[in-house]
Order: sequence, then C-alpha cells, then structure tokens
Amino acid sequence: MNAFLSDTLHLLLRHLRTTLRIPIWIAVTLIQPVIWLTIYGQLFRRVVEIPGFGAASYIQFLTPGVVVMTALFGSAWSGMGIIEDLSEGVMDRMLATPVNRAALISARVLHAALTVAVQSVIILLFGMLLGARVEGGIPGFLAILLLGSLLGAGMSALSNGLALVTRREETLIAVVNFFGLPLTFLSTAFMAADLMPAWIRALARANPVNWAVLASRDAMLGQAWGSVAKAALMLSGFAAAAVWVATQAFRAYRRST
Amino acid sequence: METAIACQDLKKTYKNGVKALDGVSFSVRPGEIFGLLGPNGAGKSTTVRILATLTAPDGGKASVAGCDALVNPAGVRLRIGFVAQASGVDKWGTGTENLTLQAHLMRVPKAEIPGRVSRLLEWVNLSDAAGRIVKTYSGGMKRRLDLAMGLVNEPAVLFLDEPTTGLDPETRAALWRDLKRLQKERNLTVLLTTHYLEEADHLCDRLAIVDHGKVVVEGTPAELKARISGDTVVLDVGAEAKRAADLLKPIAGILELIPDGACVIARVEQGATAMPTLITTLERAGISVRSSTLSRPSLDDVYLHHTGRRFQGEGEAGDAEKTAGKARP
Ligand SMILES: Nc1ncnc2c1ncn2[C@@H]1O[C@H](COP(=O)(O)OP(=O)(O)O)[C@@H](O)[C@H]1O
Ligand SMILES: [Mg+2]
Repeated sequence: MNAFLSDTLHLLLRHLRTTLRIPIWIAVTLIQPVIWLTIYGQLFRRVVEIPGFGAASYIQFLTPGVVVMTALFGSAWSGMGIIEDLSEGVMDRMLATPVNRAALISARVLHAALTVAVQSVIILLFGMLLGARVEGGIPGFLAILLLGSLLGAGMSALSNGLALVTRREETLIAVVNFFGLPLTFLSTAFMAADLMPAWIRALARANPVNWAVLASRDAMLGQAWGSVAKAALMLSGFAAAAVWVATQAFRAYRRST
Repeated sequence: METAIACQDLKKTYKNGVKALDGVSFSVRPGEIFGLLGPNGAGKSTTVRILATLTAPDGGKASVAGCDALVNPAGVRLRIGFVAQASGVDKWGTGTENLTLQAHLMRVPKAEIPGRVSRLLEWVNLSDAAGRIVKTYSGGMKRRLDLAMGLVNEPAVLFLDEPTTGLDPETRAALWRDLKRLQKERNLTVLLTTHYLEEADHLCDRLAIVDHGKVVVEGTPAELKARISGDTVVLDVGAEAKRAADLLKPIAGILELIPDGACVIARVEQGATAMPTLITTLERAGISVRSSTLSRPSLDDVYLHHTGRRFQGEGEAGDAEKTAGKARP
C-alpha cells in the first residue's frame, strides 16, 4: 500500500478512536438534530398548508434539511482538532516523522465525512420515526448519506485550512458562528424555494449547503435522479477545491514555523 | 560516521523579526550525550527544530546521522527520534496506540511493530498502563512514553527538547538513568536542551552554552570548569554589593569581581587564604558580611564567566524549578 493511503488509514483510525472516546461530543451532535426535528417539526408543522409550499408533510420536508445542517455544523468544527494538535505538539511530533504530508489533511477530511454519514443515518431513522418517508428507498437513503458526506468533507477541509492559517480556536469559533446559520438559512433547509424572496433564492443557488439540501430532498422523494447526480458532482467539485485550499494552507503553515 | 550531528553557522530570524539564531555551530560525536545549555529564549529549541527538519534555517549547514538536513530532510526523519518540549503524545490514545501509530509513521516493518511496542513499553516501565488513555497518565509517565515514542524506529540520533522541565527531582533522576542506559546499550547519540545547570553537569558528556543565538563555549563539563582557574567566593553583603566590589578590587589574587544583587562574587586564586582577607576588608569599611561560601568553579561560574550574567537570573525569575537547577558542588 502506498504511503499516502496507509498513513491516511492509520491517522483516520486515530481520529475515529478519539471521537468514540469523547461521548459527550457524540451526545451533543446527536441530541441537537433530534431537537431540531422535534421542535421545528412541531413548530412549523402547518407551513405546508401555505399555498405553493409543495410538500406533503413538514417532517418529510425538514428531515433532509436537518441531515444537511448537521453535516454542515459537525464538519465545520473539524479544524478544532488540528488546532489542538498544533498547540499540544502532536503536529510537530508527526512532522518530524516521514509521514505523508497530504495524509495529515485527508485523514481529517475523511473522518469528518464518515462522522457525517453515521450521524445522517441516525437522523434519517429518527425522522422516519416521526413520520418522514424515504420514497427513494435504499438508493435514496444512500444518496443522502453521500451528499451529506461530500458537503461535510468540503466544509471540514475549509475548517482545517482556516485553522492552519489562524491557529486560534477563538477565530474558528467566530467564523463558524458567523457563517453557519446564514449558510443554513440561505438554503431550502427550512423553507421552500418558491416562498423565498428572490434575492435569497439567488444566493441559495450558489450555496453548496442548498445543493445538498435540494438533492437530498429529491433522493428522499425518489425523484429527479438526474439532478441528484448533478448535485453530487458539484459537491465533489466543492470538496476537491476545499481540500486543495486546505493543502495550500498546510504548506504555508509548514513554511512559516 | 565521524560526527553524528554537525551544524555550522546556523542562522534563523523568525517572521516577526526575532533573531533566534545568530550563527550556531557545534558538533556531536556518535554515542555522545550532548547538551545545549542556555536560558529561555537563547535559541535551543530553534536549533533542535532545524536539526529535526521542522523548520529551515536562513543560512548555515546542518547534517544529522549522515544526511544533510536541508537537502535530504526525508533521510534525516527516518534516522532520528524527536521529543519536543511540549509532549506531543495523543492524550486520547492509549500508550500502545500512540506507540503503534508512531511506529507506522516511522516506517517500522509491520511485522515488527507489536513486539517492538511491547518491549518499549516494558523498557520505560509502562506495561501496566499500556492500555490506559494517556490523559490519565502522570507527568512522569507521559515523559517516559515520549521517550519510548522517540525510540520506536531505533534512531541513530535522539533529540530531546527540555526533557525534564517540570518533572520532580526523582522522575528527573530516573530519566537521566534511562538515557545513560540507552547510551551504554545502544550507543545512541542524544542531543538534549536544558536550562538546568545540574543536568548539563551530570548527564552530558559534552555541552555547548548557548546565549542570544550563539554558542559561547563548547566542551566537557570538566573542561569548561577547568578552563576557569581559581575558586569562587560568594559574599552576601546586603545592599552594598557595588561598593563592596570597589573596595575589594585592589586586593591581590582576585581574578574577577561581579556584584550580583545582594552578593559579591569573587573569583580568586586561593579561596581558603583569600576569604579572611576579603571579609576583614569589608568589615573594616563598615560592610557586614552576612554569609560567605567558597566553592570550586561550577558550571554556574562558567556561564557567568562567558556571558557576564549569572544563570538563574535569566528568564522567568522566581521560577522555583529554575533555582533548583543552580548547581554548587
Ligand atoms: N515560531 C516562532 N515565531 C517567532 N518567534 C519565535 C518562534 N519560536 C521561537 N521564537 C523566538 O525565538 C527566540 C528563541 O526561541 P527558542 O529557540 O524557543 O529558545 P529556547 O528554546 O532556548 O528557549 C525567542 O526569542 C523566541 O521568542
Ligand atoms: Mg525551548
């Protein structure tokens, strides 16, 4: 096995292990979406009655939105781990080994994508418990996991890139808080596109979060597979570009210390 | 291999304008425990980081274990162990997991990893804690794991940046024993940095004193001390150290006089005979001597001689750890 793949695998195992050993983190990232689904599901239950909303039930509409929102927030915090490694000397220790440099980034991105996939499964199952139906069947279910993971991969790469540039937890927290909710609300996660003001709809079209939400909803309904595939491609492009940015940030970091 | 580590005229100015190294040169022979001794900010860590390929110098040459650190950093990385000033172990991993990952990253053949990991854990006396998360380890246990991590690839050269800072004296002594044992068993070359004079004195075969980004002197502790002739007399005179020094200046046999806070430090040819003269001279001038000590030159005096400052006066004043490092044999 080449060094990039084997190093990625070993580092990925380390990150997965860490996640499993901080149960409070798992609890928080799962309880939050459950709260979203329960509260928002109840609160906005009747918006589907608005003419033009165009969905059978709000929980059906909301579940893919919450899956994507969780993917966004879960992975946006990914950079915190690398900041911890920088400040505790773990990064130095690793950079003094022959470890493949790109693997140090790819392992974190893969970890974020896998975490998103697991969270998405749980949220989807909970949504189904509340009455959402995955008409798209198993392919639809898997497509949603893929879309969420691709978004998560891209967001975690950007988060790691930012972390390597600023090297401060405070900055990362501020940026995630600043961009997280606007990215969510500039998408159709909670509101149907037809009911949005035109300018928000325009912004939403350029928003990867919205690509993931729309395609997940199609996959959920088992419709428009062509646009699901197109969204998956666009999200792959977004993830690839984000990984490239993170790699450049890492290179700059290594040169600057 | 004639030299395990050689560096020549290393220069480094950080982006923020801090000139960390201003031409560092020294060399370390295979199998030697070599110390870089200096106060905080002297440039010790920067030197080690350059040698461990973590940062590039602005100028100068460095070779480690037969590889040029600037031309062939990958070659250096395969042949060294590096233990940073900040521990660098993964606190959410167990001892075994940390070592196993490090072995993979260090390209240890897969089949050898489990055996080597358990031998190392035993060697650093962590077998019982091998399955515990490092977060639960004590400071000393963590440092021992650090050491094991640095040894997992059976390196030719081991870098230890302030390995005993913050450790209690017992743990420190144990680490010294471990390093001596490694040296004997494996002929390992060790480059360590320290700001403890005592550590440099007892542990290092040779050392270089680093100050303001330069090596001011290099040699064995005995050599360095022998190069300074005479004895050291320290007289505690209260507030009048400066006047006391002036009064003592004319006395014959005095090689060096340095007022230092409430004390006057005099280096004299014959301590035993000079001491009464020094004290009576001061008492006659109305300066009472509260206490006096006489000693053979220590590394403290070597440092004082080469830099014009006493060692423990540097850096974090009042740091209890640091004053404990003051050595007076
Ligand atoms: N990454 C860095 N960026 C800017 N300045 C640094 C950096 N690392 C060290 N320095 C500065 O360089 C000087 C030497 O530091 P260092 O090599 O860590 O000394 P030592 O290890 O002897 O305490 C100090 O003034 C320190 O503040
Ligand atoms: Mg240092």
